[in-house]
Amino acid sequence: MLKDITLGQYFPIDSFLHRLDPRTKILIFILDIVAIFMAQTVESYVVLILFTFLVMLISKVPVKMYFKGLKPILYIIVFTALLNLFLTQGEDLPIFGYSVGITVEGAIVAAKMATRLVLLIIGSSALTYTTSPMALTDGIEKLLKPLSKIGFPTHELAMMMSIAIKFIPTLIEETDKIIKAQQARGASFDTGSIFKRAKALIPMLVPLFISAFRRADELAIAMESRCYTGGDGRTRLKEIKFTHKDLAATICFLMFFACVIFLDFIF
Amino acid sequence: MAIKIENLDYVYMQGSPFEKKALDNINIEIKDGEFVGLIGHTGSGKSTLVQHLNGLLKPHSGHVFINEHETTEKGEKLKKLRCDVGLVFQYPEHQLFEETVYKDIAYGPTNLGLPKEEIDIRVRDAARCVGLPPEVLDKSPFDLSGGQKRRVAIAGVIAMKPSVLVLDEPTAGLDPAGREEILSQIKSIYDEGNMTVILVSHSMEDVARLVNRLIVMNEGKVFADGTVDEVFSRGRELRNIGLNVPQVNVLIDELVARGLNINPNIYTVENAKNELIEYFKRIKEGGENA
Repeated sequence: MLKDITLGQYFPIDSFLHRLDPRTKILIFILDIVAIFMAQTVESYVVLILFTFLVMLISKVPVKMYFKGLKPILYIIVFTALLNLFLTQGEDLPIFGYSVGITVEGAIVAAKMATRLVLLIIGSSALTYTTSPMALTDGIEKLLKPLSKIGFPTHELAMMMSIAIKFIPTLIEETDKIIKAQQARGASFDTGSIFKRAKALIPMLVPLFISAFRRADELAIAMESRCYTGGDGRTRLKEIKFTHKDLAATICFLMFFACVIFLDFIF
Repeated sequence: MAIKIENLDYVYMQGSPFEKKALDNINIEIKDGEFVGLIGHTGSGKSTLVQHLNGLLKPHSGHVFINEHETTEKGEKLKKLRCDVGLVFQYPEHQLFEETVYKDIAYGPTNLGLPKEEIDIRVRDAARCVGLPPEVLDKSPFDLSGGQKRRVAIAGVIAMKPSVLVLDEPTAGLDPAGREEILSQIKSIYDEGNMTVILVSHSMEDVARLVNRLIVMNEGKVFADGTVDEVFSRGRELRNIGLNVPQVNVLIDELVARGLNINPNIYTVENAKNELIEYFKRIKEGGENA
């Protein structure tokens, strides 16, 4: 059950996207978000959908995995679409000749919002499926490097992020184990009133917090005993490099980006 | 409480690149009142197997029956099953959460919906079973030592009065004295009767002298199943799959291989000593050239 969470998970295979510099991927992802929110016309949406398909294709990650990532967000997508559908003012759109309170504008906005959310989730899944958490934080650290000139703690931030990300699977596993152990003692987490269910969480949360603190403590000691003193003078096992592949990917993306701008503002 | 496992398969992370077959066509039958040792090294599938016994994991194919009831049942029947088969996890002290030891042991019986008096009896009884002194009951479980915490956790399962008690590596991470103590308590719980005990371990030495049946697992399959003698007679094969038979058995094995006429089925230092003394007596008296 908990193991089904796929958002933020790395999918360890080899593909063109996997080999790109994380900085390239992060920047393309950010610009992709910008493009998704800028897009107004149907044509520009088509371009973005095409781009997303292309990314899915060359990531070599099974399409099933992308849909799995969408599943938990499905309710939010449906909910926002429904809100937009019914609450947007405008011209009445009759269904089979009956007026049900849906407007033409509402239908358009709902479709746009749903598409946007799906594209965003797939985009972020593509980033995390093809970039290991370590590479991701390395990329972020490098990208934020200029900010350290004005005293911004880039290394600390990146380290905290990578520790947090690294411990997600561990904590999920731990939670799973604790839930099982308490179930073996007759606990049930999915029956009874809301109040009862909230109370049933205590036997799970207390051990989980205790183990999180214990792990934090152990990790700190382990790092210190290996002479960790912060970011200064630290070298890496895998230097990230900007290669001709990244250049090609960037140019390719910028062409899509230009298309969206062209279709929205100039056309 | 008979346990019957038929053609059980289980696959982890099905459909992902991490896919791994954890259990492969397992067939086991365990009768009432047996004391079974389940042995295998890390990753052999023993923990996965025991989680099938109370329906925490459902078979991907095959069946698990506990007294004719299949573990795929739901609701009240599943709850009944979970209190019939008491499962003590690895490092069970990590699941403690209550303010006092008493309350923590009472958590299981309370979930069963028992009356207060009955819970009180069971808590005190379970604490006695695992050798916890009564004054500990009012302390916070987090103030106890590692070994005592583990006993509290085991008591929490025993208090549910299961008819099958499954312990997954109950001695992991304890010092030799603590290990000895826990094992002898498990033995005495078994000797009190009315419980089938399944002891999961990777240490032959710990298990061999307690149980009356050994099941050895390797790479998701049952590698050997039989009495301690039967299983240890395949000592060499066991060593090949990375399991240690008791050291004294290795010695005896070597002596037999060199032509000493002694009983090869010996697993404790005590028995080995007696057998060797007997052997030397025989030589002295009869001039027997073994």
